[in-house]
Amino acid sequence: MRDLYAWLSIAAIVIASTTGDVLLSHAMKQIGDLGELRRRRGLLHVIARVVTTPNFLFGLLAMTFAFYSLLMALSWQDVSLVAPASASLTFIANAVAARIFLHERVDHRRWIAALLVAGGVALVAI
Amino acid sequence: MNLRKYLVLLGVVIFGASGDALLSRGMRQLGEIPLNHWQKLLFAVLHPWVALGVLLLMAFFACYMTALSWADLTYVLPATSIGYVLLAFIAKFLLHENVSATRWVGIGLIAAGVGFVAQGPALTHHPHHEEVQPQVLSRGKA
Repeated sequence: MRDLYAWLSIAAIVIASTTGDVLLSHAMKQIGDLGELRRRRGLLHVIARVVTTPNFLFGLLAMTFAFYSLLMALSWQDVSLVAPASASLTFIANAVAARIFLHERVDHRRWIAALLVAGGVALVAI
Repeated sequence: MNLRKYLVLLGVVIFGASGDALLSRGMRQLGEIPLNHWQKLLFAVLHPWVALGVLLLMAFFACYMTALSWADLTYVLPATSIGYVLLAFIAKFLLHENVSATRWVGIGLIAAGVGFVAQGPALTHHPHHEEVQPQVLSRGKA
């Protein structure tokens, strides 16, 4: 039962943080190059623009949910299982989600990169 | 990609890794916080190392958002995962943690992944960006 709860929380972390990353990335693409915007309109304008973009706020909400799911998972299982499992699965989920929802061109190079990094993260955190 | 953009990616890497390292150092000084005393987590941010870590992580978030404003998510995430490598070096030489052989193999894999993605283009070109966006928006929320 303890393992089932831990894996359910890990699934929640992966889904929530992938949703968060996709929403944040989409919000930033909507706004456009922040560096250029800052040069034209100033830093305060950039901050105001970012925090009033709905997708940014939804993304932040998803990230908060991911953080609490992490705390939940940690109460059921060791950090040495939770951290690598959630981080490396998130890399792969992000590659899939970015392709589907953000229409990013995830070519062989990016797939291999995502898999290598996911494997590497899993090994590092063991 | 120009020098300014590489500096932003470097900011994601350095602020992220050093922020995490400071949080780790601070939280270890505070000791374990049991879940039924979760309120203590609220006061943890007042600890100097943790506070400094949070400050650096805010800088990390600003750099991360800036990077996402001109590069794909599937570019930024692997490209900045070199931070895990940096974190391992900080852990070994500054925090004096033991970095095992398995970890070094993992670090090698991450570095290889970063090398792969860094050779490619940073941003997918969308020919009809304005037309695609509403559709992306509704799907992204679903």
